[in-house]
This record gives sequence, structure tokens and C-alpha cells, in this order.
Amino acid sequence: MEELMDILTELHPDVDYDSCTTLVDDRIIDSFDIISIVSEVAARLDVQIPAEEIVPENFNSAKALAALIERLENE
Amino acid sequence: MLFTSYGFIAFIAILFVVYYIVPKKWQWPLLLMASGVFYWIADPRFIIFICVTSLSAWGSGVLMGRINDAQDLYLKENKETLSKEEKKAYKASNKKRKWHILLGCLILNIGILSVTKYTNFVINSINDVAHTGLKNVDLIIPMGISFYTFQTMSYIIDAYRGTVKPERNPFKVLLFTSFFPQLVQGPINRFGDLSKSLYEPHRFSEKVFSTGLMRILWGYFKKLVVADRIIVAVTALIQDTDSYRGAYVFVAMFFYAFELYCDFTGGIDITIGIAQALGINMKENFILPYFSKDIKEYWNRWHISMGSWFTDYIFYPLSVSPRMLKLSKWSREHLGKVIGKRVTVYLAAFIVWFTTGLWHGAAWNFIVWGLMNFVVIMISQELSLLYDKFHKKFGFKGKAWYSVWEIIRTIFLMSLIRMFDCYRNVPMTFKMVGSMLTSFNLKIFTDGSLLKLGLNKYDYWVLLAALVIILSVSIYKYRKGEVRSKLYEKPWLWYGAMSAMFIAIIVFGAYGIGYDSTQFIYNQF
Amino acid sequence: MTKKRAFIIVFYIVLTVAVLWFLQRLFMPKYQYGIVEGAMAAEYYEADEPHEVLFVGDCEVYEAVSPVTLYEEYGISSYIRGSAQQLVWQSYYLLEDALKYETPKVVVFNVLALKYDEPQSESYNRMTLDGMRLSMTKIRAVEESMTDDEKLIEYIFPILRYHSRWSDLDSDDWDYLWDRDKVTHNGYYMRIDIKPEAEFPDPPLLADYKLGDNAMYWLSKMADLCEENGIELVLIKSPILFPHWYDQWDDQVRAFAESRDLTYINFIDDRDAMGLDMTRDTYDAGLHLNKTGAETFARYLGAILNENYDLTDYREVPEVAQQWEDICEDYHDMAQAQYEEIIEYGYLRNWGSVAVQLGRP
Repeated sequence: MEELMDILTELHPDVDYDSCTTLVDDRIIDSFDIISIVSEVAARLDVQIPAEEIVPENFNSAKALAALIERLENE
Repeated sequence: MLFTSYGFIAFIAILFVVYYIVPKKWQWPLLLMASGVFYWIADPRFIIFICVTSLSAWGSGVLMGRINDAQDLYLKENKETLSKEEKKAYKASNKKRKWHILLGCLILNIGILSVTKYTNFVINSINDVAHTGLKNVDLIIPMGISFYTFQTMSYIIDAYRGTVKPERNPFKVLLFTSFFPQLVQGPINRFGDLSKSLYEPHRFSEKVFSTGLMRILWGYFKKLVVADRIIVAVTALIQDTDSYRGAYVFVAMFFYAFELYCDFTGGIDITIGIAQALGINMKENFILPYFSKDIKEYWNRWHISMGSWFTDYIFYPLSVSPRMLKLSKWSREHLGKVIGKRVTVYLAAFIVWFTTGLWHGAAWNFIVWGLMNFVVIMISQELSLLYDKFHKKFGFKGKAWYSVWEIIRTIFLMSLIRMFDCYRNVPMTFKMVGSMLTSFNLKIFTDGSLLKLGLNKYDYWVLLAALVIILSVSIYKYRKGEVRSKLYEKPWLWYGAMSAMFIAIIVFGAYGIGYDSTQFIYNQF
Repeated sequence: MTKKRAFIIVFYIVLTVAVLWFLQRLFMPKYQYGIVEGAMAAEYYEADEPHEVLFVGDCEVYEAVSPVTLYEEYGISSYIRGSAQQLVWQSYYLLEDALKYETPKVVVFNVLALKYDEPQSESYNRMTLDGMRLSMTKIRAVEESMTDDEKLIEYIFPILRYHSRWSDLDSDDWDYLWDRDKVTHNGYYMRIDIKPEAEFPDPPLLADYKLGDNAMYWLSKMADLCEENGIELVLIKSPILFPHWYDQWDDQVRAFAESRDLTYINFIDDRDAMGLDMTRDTYDAGLHLNKTGAETFARYLGAILNENYDLTDYREVPEVAQQWEDICEDYHDMAQAQYEEIIEYGYLRNWGSVAVQLGRP
């Protein structure tokens, strides 16, 4: 989770990831950011997020993203 | 059948009546039948194409479904005995089988699309480069093939990914692919969205029906009163490139922006309105695109179903594929963090915009149009840090006047890029756009030249009035949200607006003898 | 749905229909001035005197025969259902339409229109057909007459055709919104000015002199229709030299008339016999007859009709004579008005091409 927060904060330092649950819906992060996140996650956490998991529900909040990563790790 | 033909209006009128009379379980088969008739009227041969595409998707889906079922059963029965690794290996082998099915289905359908739409483009391009005299082949291009092929592919990819459950009934798949309002010009619906309401029984509800009807009227208003009227001037302006230079190009640019908007969103309003009147919910394809503050936002608001298709099925899979991730890692190590981070995203974006251009039409001007979008997006992406600094310093962002400026800037930029699609010729477009800067014939705005483009002063008044109406509705929508649901609560206004719109379309519509009937611009894609 | 909602819906449907109906009336061309041919078809329904002779055809009837003369000279009560470039099937359907209201003893058809085998022009179609009352007859007439771009529904709801006229409405559209003036005298279009007949160019050679199958088919249908209704059909060719009436055509019509046991009279050769003086009896160099010409031809034709068919002398039937008195009075009044214009301007100001050019004064 911490590593993930680092990744996100590096991307947009001024976003409050603890409370925001509409990252995608409000266009706070766009498709380019998503790709950055996915590749950072792959590089730093060694978790590969497949394309079908790239849906707004999984990227709307840091929490949802963390849950996704955890789920993928356990599979 | 054009949306604006009397035949089509009679067709949907009859369908609406029959649809709510027949037993509810016959509703979706009726839609399938109606779609068949619609396609048959266009050209009976088209039916073969759409059937091949639909049935290949259905068959692939069923096969995948069987693998899924067998897998579930196997895993359940052997829950205790299998180790985690064994389960994983078993799943992986199934996934591979499904992948092969998917690949087969995609190759078949992209193959059909490529052959019908792009053979002559390839031949011509070879001829241009190698100076060979290869002859073009005479192929039929089924109506809406780009739309329904993409729609079918989204279904089968979703089935592969497991985000939709494969449909067992081939007729249901066929209806999903061929549902007639979307055939002509989209939107590209997703099975997961459309299937929720497409096959359901629908009881007649005055609210649902009249809301759909209102939407249809609004679509016809934009299409007939504005688009089909202004297209006369647009055609005149872009065809006579010798006479209409300089300020005329400027006029053409904005006329085309207005025309395309009204034609395309109007057509989609008719499509979604018809579906709605039938109780079927379609996703929005446009959300006030001309209110976008930057080009990325514009592409989130304009032709959304196409943009999201390319994002979901090309951009993301491409960007997150192991090979790309490897490239990303490599470039970061060798080219430094700043460039390295960008390589994969930009490469994927480049491919997406290239294919988007190609999808719009088999011609270089469309490809250049796509790549111009790419370039502008990349530049604005790179400038965004600079912008952020600028805004921090001056604090313009969020101010009303600055938002208006951003909106105007985006409209201008998009209209400028669209000139490639307008003149349909790459060097010509550069030349014409260049003439805006070299010849200052601004007097055309005052000396009556604009009245010689096929529009008289009354036409301009109608266009101006329509612009004011459309703009007011849009601003209301932008600020307060959905207009229709609120208006419905005020029945005197609601039905009054419907009546007024109907009369306005009849009187001010540019249809019938004296007006050329024009196809939806997107019909050919 | 609440009762209130239902009421509002019904209210607006009625309102919409009413508005569109009103606009349709407003937008439809009135044909009251200059080009009046478009008003002819509708005028027939206003005439409530009985007619024993009904003329059908193009300008070779409605500008060539004066029904007032037929009445004044012979007591024949007649009406001309003619319009500009009225095609054979249009004449057929206008006849069929007229038969719903009355059954004349004699129908006179002018054969010039046989030269057209297929629909010709949208504007002439409109002038002939828009005035017909809506009925299956009208619908069939429209279907037979439409050119490529025309659509049946635009005849049933003419607003779909004329909607774009909102931007060029003139005072006539308002003045004649509810009531139109009569532009003809029982279908006769009067002109009193004179422009002597000129030399016509030599008629061009044709590739094929056979009258079209379609045109002949409708002529034959017309003969059938008359037969079924016990009407004598008389075929005529008016005494006008242009457009040229080829001998080959004449032979074919004559053969047809013989085969169907009909009378066919070509009056071109009778110009001297009837006393037609084309230095005086035409207003446009011989294309159409003026008032004196139409009266001369009517006297000659009337004598033939009177002699051969058992026609009533309506001058002896008081209630009909009463009606005809009004018609004759209008006729002479209009002639007077036209004479006065000729005296004042030297030409007709409010009729014909000058009126078309200059519009309402």
C-alpha cells in the first residue's frame, strides 16, 4: 500500500488519495496516468494488471486499486 | 433507408405500434425482424455479411462458455485434490484455448472488414508509391460494417475476458449486432450495456415513450433544420478551393464544425431516442463535446463509444502487454526516467490514433487527421506541467472567462484538425489552412459574399435561431444536468415543446424538392 | 398517466394539427395572379350548375373554347377541366373525379397531350393535381404523374412540399388564405390582347412518330370510362399550329377513333371555315387563342355539338339560366377590365407575362 501511495503521489502530488473516490470519473487521472500506474506497479510491485481489470471501478480510488493489486497477487 | 426519409419515419412509426401490441416475449424477435427488413432494404447481400460476423461471434462465445463451464465443474469436483499450481496450470491452458478461439474470431472479422473496406486503399497506395497500374476491385461495402464489426469484436473480447457471459441464443447475438437504429452510424454499443434492456419485455410507459420521442424530435431538428441546411454552403466552400480561400476557409471550418455536430449528434439522438422509445437504454455517445476545455476532454465527450472502444481494446491491452512493459523497463534504464516513462504510452497512443484515423476512412487524409490528434494530445500533455506552473502563478484556472477561452480554443483546434476530413486531401488541406494566414479577404463578411454560398438571409436567420436554441439547451445541460427529465414534470411545457419542435422541423427543415437529401456523414464509415 | 396529462396530450395534438393545417393553407401557392393555371383544378368544385359538355385537356381547350359563347349561342352548359400541360392520365383522372359530381352527356378531349408518354415536370404536375380534392382518384393520378423526385406523401400533405415558402410569402398568400377569386370562366382562361400569328419554325423530324403506348393506353381508358357511364367521347384537335401536330399522329388518333367508334375532328383545316383570323385571334403569336379566337372556335364547335348530340338548351331552364347569367356577367366584366387596361397601358398589366414579371401593382 505504501509503495502504491508513492506511485500515485509521484504522479499527482496535489491529489488527496485517501479521500478521493472519483479519480477516473472526475478525470483526475486519465488513460495516460493509468498506464503509468500499471507500468510502475509492474516494475515496483511485480504485479501485472491485465487490460480487462482496467475499469473505472478499479481505479477510482487508491483503496480500490490496492484491493485489486491484492487480489491479483493472491491469484 | 435514410433516417430522414419518409420511409424510415413510417417504418419506426409502425414498429412502435406493433412493438407494444405483440406479446412481450415477441418484442425482441420483432426488433430482429425489423432490423432484418431495414438491412434487406439497403441491400439483401449485406445480410450475409452481418450474419457471418454475428454467428462467428456467437459460436466463439458458446465455445468459450463451454470451456468456462467445464472449468468450473472440474475445479469444483477436484477442489480438494488439486494443488494451487495445478489449478493455475489448468486455468492457463483453458485461457490459451479461449485465446485461440478469440484470435480465430478476430482474424475472420477484421479480415472481412479489411478486405471490403481497405483493399482498394492498399491497391491505390501501392500504385502511388510503386507506380504500378493495379486495378481497383469492385467490392460491396456492407452498411455500417465498421460499426457492427467493432461492436461484435467488443462482445467477443469481453466474453474472453469474462466480463460478459456468452450468449447462447444466436438470434440474440444477431440482434445485438444488427439492431437497426445503431447500424447506420453507431454508437458502438457494448454487450454488457445493451443486453440489460435489449431482450427484456417492455410495457408501454408514456414517460419512457414520450422521452424517447422528444429525443428523436430533437435529433431531427438538429439534423434537418441545421445540418442539411448548412451543408449546402459547406459543400460549396470545400469543393471550389480556387475561389474560396482565406477567410472563406475560416467560414468553412466553423460551418463544418456546426454541421458535423448537428448531423452526428442529431443522428445519435435519433438512434438513442428510438431505442429509448422502445424501452431500451443506450449509452450516451456525446456529452456536450464543444464544452471541452482541452482536446483530451473533447475525446472523452465526442463519439465516446468509439474512443472508449479504442482505449479499452487497443490502448490498454497494448500498453500493459508484457512486451510493452519490458520495453518500458528497458527504455527507462537506457533513456532515462523522463523519456523512458513516455515511450510506451506514446507508442500505444500513436498506434491508437493511427488506427482511429484508418477506421474513419480508407484514405490518407483520415490517417493524417488521426495523427494530428495524436500530435496535439502529445504536445498538450508535455505542456501540461508548464500550464500548471502558469496557473499557479496567475490563478486564471477556474475563472469563468478563462474556461470560455479554453472552450473556444479547443473548438478552434478541433475544427482546424478536422479540415483534413473536410477537404479530404492532405496537401490541399495544408494549402487551404495556409491561405487563412496569407489572404485577408475579410470583406466577405460585409459585402454579401456569404449570401452566394447557397444560403439566403432567411437561411442565416434560421441557422442563427437554431444555434441560439441548441446553445441555450446545452448551457442549461452543462450547468443543471439533464433537461428532459425536468421538463417532463411540467406537462404543458413538455408537450408544448414537442409540438413546437415538430412544427419547426416541418416548416424549417431543409428537406424535399429543392434540398438535396444528404446522407449522414458517418454513414460511410 | 394522469387524466390531466392525457388532456394536455390531446390538446397539443389538436393544436399541432390545426397549426399545420393553417400553415399548409398559407404556404400553398394561390395562383391568383400572373400564373393562374394552378388554380383551375380546384375551381371546378365551386361550379354548381349542371354541365352537359365537359372539356378535358391542356391549353388547347382552356384557352381555345369559350363556354360562355357556347351558352349564349346555343344554350349549352359546359365546363373545361383543363390545366397547363395536362397529361392524358391527368385528364382521365380529372374526368373520373368530375364523374363523382355529375355525368355529362359529352366529353371533349383535346388530343395534343398524346405526344407526352411519361411524366414531364413537377411544377405542372403540382398545378394540375394540387387543386384536386383528396380521394383515391387523386392518389392514383399522383402516382401516375410523379417525376423521379416527387413523393406521394407530399401531395397528400402539401405542406411537406411547400414548407420552405415561409420565406417568400406575399400579400396574396394572406388575402386569399380562405377564399380565392375565380380565375376562369367555367375553366376558360380569358385574354383579350392581340399578337398576330407569326411564322413557325419547320417542325423537327422525329425519330419515331408512334404515339406512346402509355398515352394511348390512357386514351383508351378514357374511352372505356365514358362508355361505362354512357357518355359520348369526342376527340378534337384545336385549330392551333404550334406545337406541331404531325400527320402521322393524326392518322393514329383517327385509327383509334374508328376502332372505338368515336368522333375525331381535327380543326386545323377548318380555320378558314370557322372564320378564325390569326392576325386577330391570338394573343401570343399563334400559340394560344385570345377571347375573339376562343369565341370563334366555340361558335363553330358548338354548332357541331348542338347538331350531333341531344343537348339541352339551358337558356330555357330558368334556374340554370339564372346561374349562367352570373357567369356571363363575370365574363363580360373581365373582358371590359382587360379592354380598359389595353386602352390605358397599350398592353395587359394585370394578366399574363407582364403580371408575372411585375407582380401585384
